[in-house]
Amino acid sequence: MSGIAMPQPDAGIIARAPQIVAALREVLPADAVIWDPEETRAYECDALTAYRCPPLAVVLPRTTEEVAAAMRICHEMRVPVVPRGAGTSLAGGALPTADSVIIATLRLREVLEIDTANRFIRVQTGVTNLSVSAELEPQGFFYAPDPSSQLACTIAGNIAMNSGGAHCLKYGVTTNNLMGATVVLPTGEVVELGGPEMGPTGLDLMGLLCGSEGQLGIVTEATLRILPRPEGARPVLIGFDGAEVAGECVARIIRSGVLPVAIEYMDDVCLRAVEAFAHAGYPDCAAVLIVEVEGSPAEIDHQIARIREIAGALNPVEFRESRNADEAMAIWKGRKSAFGAMGRLGDYICLDGTVPVGQLPYTLKMIGELSRQHGLEVANVFHAGDGNMHPLILFNANKPGDLERAEAFGNDILRLCVDVGGCLTGEHGVGIEKRDLMGKQYDDPDLEIQMAVKDVFDPRWLLNPAKVFPLDASRPWREEAATR
Amino acid sequence: MIPETPSRAGLNPASEAELGALIAERFAARQPLRLAGGGTRVETGHLPGDTLSTAAISGVVTYEPGEMTLIARAGTPLDQIEAMLAAEGQALAFEPADMRGVLGCNGTPTIGGVVAANASGPRRLLAGACRDHLLGLRFVDGQGRVLKNGGRVMKNVTGLDLGKLFCGAHGTLGVLTEVALKTLPHLPDRCTLGLHGVTVEEAVAIFSAALATPFEVSGAAFRDGTAWLRVEGLGPQMDYRRDRLLALLAPRETELLDAEATLALWRGLRDLAHFAGLDAPLWRVLVKPTDAPATVRALQALGGEASLDWGGGLVWYCGPGSAQAVRQVAPHATLVRRGGLTGPAFPPEAPAVARLSAGLRQRFDPAGILNPGLMDQ
Repeated sequence: MSGIAMPQPDAGIIARAPQIVAALREVLPADAVIWDPEETRAYECDALTAYRCPPLAVVLPRTTEEVAAAMRICHEMRVPVVPRGAGTSLAGGALPTADSVIIATLRLREVLEIDTANRFIRVQTGVTNLSVSAELEPQGFFYAPDPSSQLACTIAGNIAMNSGGAHCLKYGVTTNNLMGATVVLPTGEVVELGGPEMGPTGLDLMGLLCGSEGQLGIVTEATLRILPRPEGARPVLIGFDGAEVAGECVARIIRSGVLPVAIEYMDDVCLRAVEAFAHAGYPDCAAVLIVEVEGSPAEIDHQIARIREIAGALNPVEFRESRNADEAMAIWKGRKSAFGAMGRLGDYICLDGTVPVGQLPYTLKMIGELSRQHGLEVANVFHAGDGNMHPLILFNANKPGDLERAEAFGNDILRLCVDVGGCLTGEHGVGIEKRDLMGKQYDDPDLEIQMAVKDVFDPRWLLNPAKVFPLDASRPWREEAATR
Repeated sequence: MIPETPSRAGLNPASEAELGALIAERFAARQPLRLAGGGTRVETGHLPGDTLSTAAISGVVTYEPGEMTLIARAGTPLDQIEAMLAAEGQALAFEPADMRGVLGCNGTPTIGGVVAANASGPRRLLAGACRDHLLGLRFVDGQGRVLKNGGRVMKNVTGLDLGKLFCGAHGTLGVLTEVALKTLPHLPDRCTLGLHGVTVEEAVAIFSAALATPFEVSGAAFRDGTAWLRVEGLGPQMDYRRDRLLALLAPRETELLDAEATLALWRGLRDLAHFAGLDAPLWRVLVKPTDAPATVRALQALGGEASLDWGGGLVWYCGPGSAQAVRQVAPHATLVRRGGLTGPAFPPEAPAVARLSAGLRQRFDPAGILNPGLMDQ
């Protein structure tokens, strides 16, 4: 284990495990409560696998009412609850504690309503992100947010983390595509927020809930905005011999009025790993941009011509246009396999800081310097259009102390992101990973008001313990909550 | 009628720090304040307290066209921001309305007021509301503390997103001092398709069909028997989208408006020119678009006129009828222009939601001094 502390589990709660499980079994179907340590072990971590802890029990409800019943029991018995979707969080957002019950939305898999005339779909939130678009395909619609984990991740997790993806430059992230939510509060009470109408008329509680990382409630049903599928999309690949000029190209494309659906960036370390792995035929250069535009064939041609003109003025090493689906796939192939390719070079941690686009070249240069200082290699692959960086720090998990070095390096990069005007996390969330860095981005009073907001929803502070807020800062709140 | 409140002070702090000190004093003394940027978004004449304006906390902090980000102090006039963005070929894509005509007031619309009201015009349909473009904010809470949330980057999931709460809170959680907004390219080419002599049912059917196409319809509004569809684009994009939509609507006869006429028409629709200068109450009603025809008929039965925006998702109703009668047919109805009506402007919330909202207000404004009675009931 490494540097991120978790609070001591409450021995009193652990001792009461048989009563807690019995109470849950009284209100839930027999197969919905898992207590066998062999089975709860499957839930001991999310995709931040360096941190593990089996929960006290796991609850797998099938309906909002069952989620509410489980929450009510946990509230009455003062048991912490860790909400979980598919467990793909990269920030430890669904990491259990030994004294907590996981309530997972995995079995809430019904598509409740598809309404193309009013452009929404209503689903239970255990459905996967990709399956929402699959449901809509026959009607010519899709659901826009496209996190890289979309094959596995659920809508519940997407809402909890406000997930984005490569195409959010044009379509926005989850919060921009969420219209309504059925929410189970920590007390077990169910509230309806928003709906198929465009916009709330009171305080936007749904907007607050989206991205709250399971701190305020569990969303069991969601109304999602759907969009007509574009007629077509085509990427171009642009190679540059310097990070600076690649960054300049991004800014000039955006200023030109062309709004691509995606602008992806890969640096030379990443390119070499990708080439060795996927043989995508990428140029050997300092930086590659993949820019995707969409529309009818003529519209695409027009936009690509503009991009060619803009890039041409910056002397690219290569400008490769895809002329058909195979060539488009070849351009995306390397980018889509980048994380797998990096895994072949060794263990890595994937960071998620965001910087203002104009600060990209400076940030990349400084990351290179930090890499030399820490003696660990780093590769950069990210969504350049919105400045959301994903430095991948390579280390050897079998070498004692290497993970801690990698984490220290990662923390330095995230501090750098904040120093240049960016933020600690663009799409992965704070979780446990960046919890203790929150003070870098926010002053104490800024964090206090956020914790006051949590207090309104979760007065006993039982939901998703030890995430998002630094343990020191949240201690007085948790102690006060214990008296309620 | 609401009696005219006797003379009150107009407070105009010149800086965030001055504002913080002023609110701290009012917090200690439990004295209410009526908040206004330029005073052009919401009627507060019936609320107690001195009027506090942020107009003097003004000026653009940064604007980076290549990053599509703008940071401005709350009191910055909206027209100053729009002119600055236009010079770079950009705009606030959510197209905030100018409500001076319908509210009969003559202040200067400010960017802080736009955010506090979550003001979003016809393009909300395609581009999202103001809240979807807010990246970060600074504000003074009800105790006088200067706080911040979010930042200036496009993607940010660091902690709780308080910006969403502030958009549409009308100052009841805190007084905005600075906002960071996403800007977008202003598409240079535009036109409008007009279909005359249609019923409200036909209009919504046309909107649903047009909005199911990939042609990025950026306005879908209806009034006086005409359905209007706006198309924008870059170069040949706009021509292509227009031609495909015309083919979709054939054989209906369609009037085509050029770029200039399009600008004028949508400005009028956005600012509700057709309901300006009247005295009757004006209601903003949110519905599921296909419910719009029934809602319009029921509202018209009360004796007034209605128009549609957002493809039918937004109904504007101007006319007589008690709040109770209007809300009976349109539960999500907000009273924008009182026109002599008293009572709450905002629709009642479900008890659990109302309790959460009250809890939040209590945390942000423990003494209840910021626009008390405006949204809480």
